[in-house]
Amino acid sequence: MTVTWFFVGLFFAMMGYTCHYAVTHRQTLMNNSYNTRQEILVAQNSRGTIYAAGGQILAETAVDAEGEEVRVYPYANMFSHAVGYASNGKYGIEAQANYYLINSNTRLSEKVANDVAGKKYPGDSVITTLDVDLQQIAYDSLGIYSGAVIVSEPSTGRILAMVSKPDFDPNEIDAIWDGLIADKESSVLLNRVTQGLYPPGSTFKIVTALEYIRENMDTYSQFRYQCNGRFTHGEERINCYHGTSHGSEDFNKAFAKSCNSAFASIGLSLDREKFGDTLNDLLFNRELKVDFSYNQSKLLIDTDTSDADVMQAAIGQGTTQMTPLQLNMITCAIANGGMLMKPYLLEQVETSEKAVVRQFSPSSYRRLMSEEEAQIMTGLMEEVVKSGTGTKLSGLSYTAAGKTGSAEYNKVKTDSHAWFTGFAPVEEPQVCVTIIIEGAGSGGDYAVPIAKRILDAYFAQ
Amino acid sequence: MLHGIGMVSMELYITELSKYFITLFIACYTLECFLVFRFQEEERRKAGYFRQNIWMFLVHFSCFLVICFETGKIEYLLFYVLQQILLFSTVMLFRMIYPKGNLLIINNMCMLLSIGFVILTRLSYERAIKQFFIVTASIIIGMAVPFFIRNLKFLKSLTWVYAGVGIAALGVVLILGSVTYGSKISYSVAGITFQPSEFVKILFVFFVASAFSESWDFLRVAVTAVLAGAHVLILVASKDLGSALIFFVVYVLMAFIATGRWIYLFLGISGGAGAAVIAYRLFSHVQVRVQAWRDPFSCIDDAGFQITQSLFGISSGGWFGLGLFRGNPTSIPLVEADFVFSAVAEELGILFSMCLILICISSFIMCMNIALKLQDRFYRLIAFGLGVTYIFQVFLTVGGGTKFIPMTGVTLPFISYGGSSVLTTLVMFFIIEGLYIIRRDEGDRRAKNRKRKNRKKRDRRAGAESQDGEDEEEA
Repeated sequence: MTVTWFFVGLFFAMMGYTCHYAVTHRQTLMNNSYNTRQEILVAQNSRGTIYAAGGQILAETAVDAEGEEVRVYPYANMFSHAVGYASNGKYGIEAQANYYLINSNTRLSEKVANDVAGKKYPGDSVITTLDVDLQQIAYDSLGIYSGAVIVSEPSTGRILAMVSKPDFDPNEIDAIWDGLIADKESSVLLNRVTQGLYPPGSTFKIVTALEYIRENMDTYSQFRYQCNGRFTHGEERINCYHGTSHGSEDFNKAFAKSCNSAFASIGLSLDREKFGDTLNDLLFNRELKVDFSYNQSKLLIDTDTSDADVMQAAIGQGTTQMTPLQLNMITCAIANGGMLMKPYLLEQVETSEKAVVRQFSPSSYRRLMSEEEAQIMTGLMEEVVKSGTGTKLSGLSYTAAGKTGSAEYNKVKTDSHAWFTGFAPVEEPQVCVTIIIEGAGSGGDYAVPIAKRILDAYFAQ
Repeated sequence: MLHGIGMVSMELYITELSKYFITLFIACYTLECFLVFRFQEEERRKAGYFRQNIWMFLVHFSCFLVICFETGKIEYLLFYVLQQILLFSTVMLFRMIYPKGNLLIINNMCMLLSIGFVILTRLSYERAIKQFFIVTASIIIGMAVPFFIRNLKFLKSLTWVYAGVGIAALGVVLILGSVTYGSKISYSVAGITFQPSEFVKILFVFFVASAFSESWDFLRVAVTAVLAGAHVLILVASKDLGSALIFFVVYVLMAFIATGRWIYLFLGISGGAGAAVIAYRLFSHVQVRVQAWRDPFSCIDDAGFQITQSLFGISSGGWFGLGLFRGNPTSIPLVEADFVFSAVAEELGILFSMCLILICISSFIMCMNIALKLQDRFYRLIAFGLGVTYIFQVFLTVGGGTKFIPMTGVTLPFISYGGSSVLTTLVMFFIIEGLYIIRRDEGDRRAKNRKRKNRKKRDRRAGAESQDGEDEEEA
């Protein structure tokens, strides 16, 4: 009897495992390039349509003069990275939603009608969170610059716009593919929003400030610093942007004016082990639970980190590498009272007759900081707009909060990437914007105006 | 393809809807497999067995209906009719020849065979036909088996003959055998390929059972362990790891049951674990298989190819499957033999394949039930040994294909393509039928004895009024 029950138990474990594995891994396995079953679906169903949140078509399958199926992207370059492409490998939403697009849950009678007509079944369509108007503004504002823009909703995690430049025309992907691959310099195919790793520059002071507040919750408001334009410790010297002396400052002012000297000295005072923990809390050096491809932001600080490295890290220089997505997520958490919502691009999957197949709802990712900390950070970022480096966003119909950055990326030249990350309105944040413009100059001069155009458009809607 | 607009639309309705019906039919069949255990007497189970035959017919019929619509070939229809005749006459003939036989075992056998025919027809029509003839011949041979089991009393005394023949047969393959997929497991005589490790399984169970039927002291355990070890080592040397594992597990469990001592089970398990570690260290082909199990995607180009293709198949089918001829199971290398379960899951669905496993389990439970109730030690051990052989093999092949355990390359009994495998399993099931009949004989004899005793008791009571009766014997 023991043996009988042993085998019955073993089999039930195996059956449970098999069902669970097959159901939970269905999508990943179907997307595996070694899985030839994809071809069955592709032969049977025509690839579904990708829609913007407003119902505009971002990608669809059409039949050309020779009767061949072609993928058409009505907005061409504008959504090149966000929507991606479906040949020469797959990228963007075309890759992320591939499983849905090649399946067809259309009604049986519809399938029969298609069979009779000798046509393929219509694949399921995907409705994204992307907003065509915001994408257009963000795309136009970047102009000829390389860079990235991400616009998202802090309360839900929906991504409203995602622009990366340089871009390409996905309609021409087959023709331009070899050229894009050969061009190692400009990494045109890279989605800079989720995969571009940049020095964060002064925007990283958000992290440094948060850590300082955590360690000095009771005393940070009494912080005083006398800035004379530079800070020296041993061999290492840190200059303020353009060598400006900020004079006497408290914590608010040091943050608002983005004073490098003050923050280098703050950095030195921090407990390096705790600093490392905070970086982990903010999702540095780890895998993200998001459904699209990304790169990990990297910065390791522990008790072995040298003084010079901590000073550089505190102002966002040195070895720190960060994606615009990561900065946007931290900003969203601040705007949402410390709770980060999982960023997402897919809203709904539906059949060709608009019957819902699957609905994706907002979900919390995890709490990055306490509500109190988020409130303090909001205050600091509000001051940046009121009296600091982000004043181009002040005096508008809506209130905004944010942080600029000018990240030096070249040891020889003084060129810098212009950064801005922020949200609006301050009272009840609805939208969060993160911008980087490569090699443009200061964040306050170049990135903030783009943020303004996007926010203006958002609130004009 | 069948043409005409009406045909096209009807075809799709049939193939799409049949998925759900086939799943429903097999689920009903499976349910009956377990419901029959409610009753102790075979007589009261009759209605359930009859319903099983109907469900079985419906599964088989609807699968072939889909096959005919999908391929549009009329010869499949003919093939179906032949199969139906074979399965029907097997059930009917068996009922006639062995009225005391167990119908669950025979039904399950036919159900599994018909699933095998369906999936083999879909994978390779030629092989399915070949398999059909082998099955027909095997059933004819098998029909005689219960008679021999019941009447040949000397089977119990052939202990060392079984071991000698078994070791010799395995040894011959090791020396002369042809290499298939890296392991020496078969040889050909007159164009027919034999895989002796399949047949030797039965001999091995008979050997262990007869060795333990008279005596089960330490000396007996030691001697049988050495001979069992010889079987296993030859199989390991032939690189037939799956069979080696089956022989090993069957021996350890039979020794445990025969002696009733946990120490042997413990020794066996620790010895097996030790041997596994040594094998892992020594043989690169063992390491490759373990690696392919732990992370098949890291070696998807070579060692992990088969298992990943199998996983693709299982997962793509979903609960109700892609439908026959709608998937791509032929992308899995050796699909008809070692990975047939994955093909079933892909095209007939996960639910269907789970029912298939449950049918195997119900056969196993019935077998264990028979073992439990048999009075004769020799027969009891055979029933136990064959049951374990069967279910452990199912476990190895299903578990290997679903990444639950490392792949060992054994067949799924009755379903997989392979003459040696199907003949062996058929004979095993017919031996179990023989044992069941012996059990009923034992029961009848006891009932007769009891009647006689009762009569005596009544006589005695009539004689001396105040005398206590003896305890009645349990049925």
